[in-house]
Amino acid sequence: MSIIIDKVSHVYGEHTAMAVKALNEISLVIPDGQFIGLIGHTGSGKSTLVQHLNGLMKATSGAIYFNGEDIDADGFNRKLLRSKVGLVFQYPEHQLFEVDVFTDVCFGPKNLGLSKKEVELRAYEALKLVGLDDDYFYQSPFDLSGGQKRRVAIAGVLAMKPEVLILDEPTAGLDPKGRDEILDQIFRLKNEMGITVILVSHSMEDVAKYVDRIIVMNKGSILYDDEPREVFRHYEALEEVGLAAPQVTYIMKELRDHGYEVSDEVTTIDEAKEEIIRYFKNSVRK
Amino acid sequence: MLRDITLGQYYQADSIIHRLDPRVKLGSTIIFIISLFLFNGAAGYLVAAVFLALVIKLSRVPFRFMIKGMKAILFLLMITVVFNLFLTPGEPLIRVWTLTITKEGVRLAILLAMRLSFLIIGSSVMTLTTTPNQLTDGMEKMLGPLKKIKVPVHEIAMMMSIALRFIPILMEETDKIMKAQLARGADFESGNLIKKAKSLVPLLVPLFISAFRRANDLAMAMEARCYRGGEYRTKMKPLHYGRKDWIAYIMVGSYLIIGILASKFLPIVAGEIIARFWS
Repeated sequence: MSIIIDKVSHVYGEHTAMAVKALNEISLVIPDGQFIGLIGHTGSGKSTLVQHLNGLMKATSGAIYFNGEDIDADGFNRKLLRSKVGLVFQYPEHQLFEVDVFTDVCFGPKNLGLSKKEVELRAYEALKLVGLDDDYFYQSPFDLSGGQKRRVAIAGVLAMKPEVLILDEPTAGLDPKGRDEILDQIFRLKNEMGITVILVSHSMEDVAKYVDRIIVMNKGSILYDDEPREVFRHYEALEEVGLAAPQVTYIMKELRDHGYEVSDEVTTIDEAKEEIIRYFKNSVRK
Repeated sequence: MLRDITLGQYYQADSIIHRLDPRVKLGSTIIFIISLFLFNGAAGYLVAAVFLALVIKLSRVPFRFMIKGMKAILFLLMITVVFNLFLTPGEPLIRVWTLTITKEGVRLAILLAMRLSFLIIGSSVMTLTTTPNQLTDGMEKMLGPLKKIKVPVHEIAMMMSIALRFIPILMEETDKIMKAQLARGADFESGNLIKKAKSLVPLLVPLFISAFRRANDLAMAMEARCYRGGEYRTKMKPLHYGRKDWIAYIMVGSYLIIGILASKFLPIVAGEIIARFWS
């Protein structure tokens, strides 16, 4: 079970004067169970890329294989693909439409043609997974707070039990607390359900803590595709394309420049703490 | 998906036509349309075609953009041609089954087809060379005198420009919501009419909510800037007629006169020549 992207290009407004090449021969393999951060500046093509993965957009050239099947082939069940590759859009709360939270989450599984019992079970499970209290289940989704709405919307996709979950900037417009809660929950989800998660973001801080692999996109091409610490090693190149390494990486770099022998392969605050404590313990011993 | 539909179809270019005062373009378009109904023969249409070709050449907009608008009325055009071709009484030319094509029918069909296509191309020239905002500005100024009889001209113009501004935004929004619901397994295509209508609910509800939200935000922002309607309001870029605008008016005026004269006298002159040639 994996996604293979083979030399996919996408051109907006092909054959017009305003043609824009959004993706340029992207090739990627996304194996099962990975937590991937897809990072890029605004307009780097990351949102375009993820919309190809569940067949919402069609590649101008190249092919995408899901579990070995070409998703553009005739007779390929695209509806099934969309249930297997769940995509949560930017500001997903804007897609809510039902009279109450529970019915809204039922929309996805209902479209899969499941029995009423199964639909409701899945909706309940999904709402519990995103940590929403039973009290909210029969309220109008429009009466909830921004963070709660977003959770309902994510639950709406989770209820389809996707094997791959793609989240396009799930933390945009949330306060730091809401952001951490959502990201922690996604991380938990990934571990509990063993699904593949692709987190689209332009913030390194967001993803550094959680992901196994970072894909950096710039102008429709892949700039780096590696483990977080390897990617952050190129922090100068990242700055050139309008991104940055997490702030702790810079602090560690500064410390090193001032003669403290700490490792600069640190990407989270916890790791930094450990590293600094380790360094001082060592230096006291000497 | 929906991005192909363009309503404000402005084509960016630097030409004398683009730089004209929007009032000139509005007025000229109206005169051109009226002229198409005044002319009744080949001569008048010849003049109109030459005039139109000249304006298109000056506008520096590729011709294929001009005929884009024709696609929308192609069906209407065909119906018009077919009906006129077969249903005009007169001297029969060809008889197909129970239908007869008459000489008058052919003449009328050609005339109407030309009239309709010139009409569309003529107004396309205006919309392609004028931004929607310039258009509403021009309209506001032109309708200015109506303020005296308590017509809220400024408010109407404001509503129009806001509506125009929101079309692409809502279009994008529709596209986004559509995709989001497709990702949740929604199906907008299959099923009978009732099922199809029902499947639009997940699209329309969020769309209306977002439209109201945006309207609310805009109203707030306008109020925060102390917007209070048309009275005593000055413009950042007031419209002024320049030399080129007056020249344009004169040219359009002379087009109208030449056209009328041509359609009146050219057939007579041509008739004379043919008559002399024959005798």
